[in-house]
Amino acid sequence: MDKTANPIVLEAKGITKRFPGVLANDKVDLLLYEGEILALLGENGAGKSTLMNMLYGLYHPDEGEIWIKGERVELKNPRDAIDRGVGMVHQHFQLVPVMSVAENVMLGSEITRGGGILALSEAERRVRELSERYGLEVDPAAIVEDLPVGAQQRVEIIKALYRNADILILDEPTAVLTPQEANELFRIMRELTARGVSIIFITHKLKEVLAVADHIGVLRQGRLVGIAKPETSTEASLAEMMVGRNVILTVEKDEAHPTEPVLRVENLMVKDDRDHFAVKGVSMAVRAGEIVGIAGVQGNGQRELVEALTGLRPADSGHVWLENTDITDFSPRKITELGVAHIPEDREKHGLVMSYSLADNMVLSNYYRPPFAKHYVIDRDVINEQGERLVKEYDVRTPSAQTPAGNLSGGNKQKVIVAREFSRPTKLLIAAQPTRGIDVGSIEFIHNQIVAQRDRGVAVLVVSAELDEVLGLADRVAVMFDGHIVATLDAADATRERVGLLMAGSVEEAVG
Amino acid sequence: MTSTTVTTAEKPSSRISGRTILIALLVAIGIAIVYYYIVDPTATTSVLAGTIRQATPLILGALCGLIGERSGIINIGIEGQMLMAAFVAFMVNVALGPIMPLGLALFLGVVSGILVGALMGGFLAWMSVTLKLDQIIGGTVINILALGLTSYFYVIGLTTRGKLPTFALGPLADIPLIGPVLFNRSPIQYLAIILVFVVQFALFRTVWGLRTRSVGEHPSAADTVGISVKMTRYMNVIIAGCFAGLAGAYLTLESVGTFERGMTNGRGFIALAVMIFGRWTPLGSWGAALLFGFATALKTQLDFMGLNVPPQLTGSMPYILTIVVLAGFAGRARPPAAVGQPYESE
Repeated sequence: MDKTANPIVLEAKGITKRFPGVLANDKVDLLLYEGEILALLGENGAGKSTLMNMLYGLYHPDEGEIWIKGERVELKNPRDAIDRGVGMVHQHFQLVPVMSVAENVMLGSEITRGGGILALSEAERRVRELSERYGLEVDPAAIVEDLPVGAQQRVEIIKALYRNADILILDEPTAVLTPQEANELFRIMRELTARGVSIIFITHKLKEVLAVADHIGVLRQGRLVGIAKPETSTEASLAEMMVGRNVILTVEKDEAHPTEPVLRVENLMVKDDRDHFAVKGVSMAVRAGEIVGIAGVQGNGQRELVEALTGLRPADSGHVWLENTDITDFSPRKITELGVAHIPEDREKHGLVMSYSLADNMVLSNYYRPPFAKHYVIDRDVINEQGERLVKEYDVRTPSAQTPAGNLSGGNKQKVIVAREFSRPTKLLIAAQPTRGIDVGSIEFIHNQIVAQRDRGVAVLVVSAELDEVLGLADRVAVMFDGHIVATLDAADATRERVGLLMAGSVEEAVG
Repeated sequence: MTSTTVTTAEKPSSRISGRTILIALLVAIGIAIVYYYIVDPTATTSVLAGTIRQATPLILGALCGLIGERSGIINIGIEGQMLMAAFVAFMVNVALGPIMPLGLALFLGVVSGILVGALMGGFLAWMSVTLKLDQIIGGTVINILALGLTSYFYVIGLTTRGKLPTFALGPLADIPLIGPVLFNRSPIQYLAIILVFVVQFALFRTVWGLRTRSVGEHPSAADTVGISVKMTRYMNVIIAGCFAGLAGAYLTLESVGTFERGMTNGRGFIALAVMIFGRWTPLGSWGAALLFGFATALKTQLDFMGLNVPPQLTGSMPYILTIVVLAGFAGRARPPAAVGQPYESE
């Protein structure tokens, strides 16, 4: 399907953007043809979002030109971009949760009955009309926070179409979706392009790019390193362009040899911050020498489960056993001392103290014990020595072990946490979203470290919203939906389709 | 492939039961009022009229608070705004009284009180939006400033030549019980009731309200569709200041007729409790303001009837009510999500 014959609707010429100390975009040229899907591929920090924010008027290029529909434009703010037909669906939805779909859609471009009085029913009619024309199923009167993520995303798309957008920028739209929801989104994207909308689709998932794009632009360190066509590309070739070297995308591991159960969970019930049950009776076991992966769309109780297992959140009822000790509601310190390592979901909030040095961060769980402390006095030399050693061993890219943790990139922060957690004797490793938002190189490293722990006889529980990560790492896959583990599958039986259906809560279809 | 969307349900049912409770409560209150009116018509009428009077500065203060907070700015300086406005309204009236008709002097006094409230609102907006100062500290600055300035410039012994009078609304005022309570009031009391409905409508049915709520709940969502978060917040906090100013003018020119040091007496803070109890809606706040007004009016009536209740106990009722309300409801009511956070655009 060659669409290069179509007219150019958007062109970026030599766009350069500098932030203090960083060259975010370096002379980027980009062409978008009418009715095509241009995928923009790149690692976190490659400059994709910066570039898109410039096309949407949120940032202003230091050099270069933006042309929309044959006209050179200066986009001072989003309003200018909207007026030129550019719409953007942000990675973090820009919807007001307590308002209705119609209110959200018209916000800023309201339909009135005159005198500043809203014409709500007219707005609802408009939303229904757009929803029918483009096959974007959504109830205009629904309150946004009651809607599932996939529906919220459709609201965002309708929001752009309501403003007559014919150039649509989708920033990492599939990050929050199940595979089925993602397929539905791709169907909608094709529907839109068939009606003349042009789409820029930002992602770091290679499979999606090959499935849906007409052209693929690859960004690396702020530079456009190439334009590829899906017909002539493979996942490996795209990954190489993205990273600049050959990477191994699949996790390499031998067969697991599990022995005795290390972690046993019995009928665990846990409440979330709003006092609703988030974990509704989970029973499971993780044996020494195996990796159990928990797959599921975010917000189905995974966070609360992990917090209960690590002592960060009280269990409402049920039991957690570590070997023969009932550790239910033990303090985090006690659980840590019993040999549980934890890679927390939010590394900046729960994993590291941003203003502390790397060396100090690496002793957060045992600074009070010998050899790091003697009679309540901390021995700095020992701590710094260990810091230097672990920085080398775990390949943390930093000027020194005395650098504050906050100065490092996401991947390197994660390596610091991994270094700390793996540097002491461990029976059980609980890793929540271990590679979220980090570069491909670091992902490879951390995956290898997790597998190495398993081979050393550690029981490993991995919780991840990235289905590929769970499928790649796990020896057994447990799927969590609405606070329950709806199924546990051996890795061999856990196909993408089956796990995807389970993640969406349809147990019958997945089993049948 | 069949659709696998997940739906969330069970929300409407709890809403319906809430409404049922509300109606039952209103009916019970109505029955109680009629019963006491039959038993003692004079005392009942005077307590209810007192309720409306006492509720006036509270609901105006609460409207000031919620217009600000709905746009994301916490205002704990309502007390100071009221006090300053009360003082300026009074002084303008004292200064202009001898040189023009009383009605005009009173009107200009009220207008100047409103302007002072707006000005202090502008000052709060500048501190919280432009300087991105902690909003609690900003409000505290206003309270201390108002107390200091008014105490310093206050001259003992000044009085006005009159207050804003009551207006009977024709035959409506002759209805037993309802007439004297609702239709024989002074102008700012009428205005406060009208403003409750105006703000309620504006907040939920107009462009201004939609934008205000979006800025208070999710400022970046507003920003990305081209709404200026800064402008909206400035505008709202200044408009809100007008309400606090009106409340201040009410105290000196309609209620008391003179100025005293610290005469707001915590009403600005009670207004915040009223706003929270009313769940950041004008109608709900009005209900809460009437409850607080009732507590105060009842105290006055009990003192008047010479019952053997220590005045310290009855006098502390509104404050005890504040503590109970804040302890019981503040945790459960949901404030606008972005309240108190300065907005950093990308």
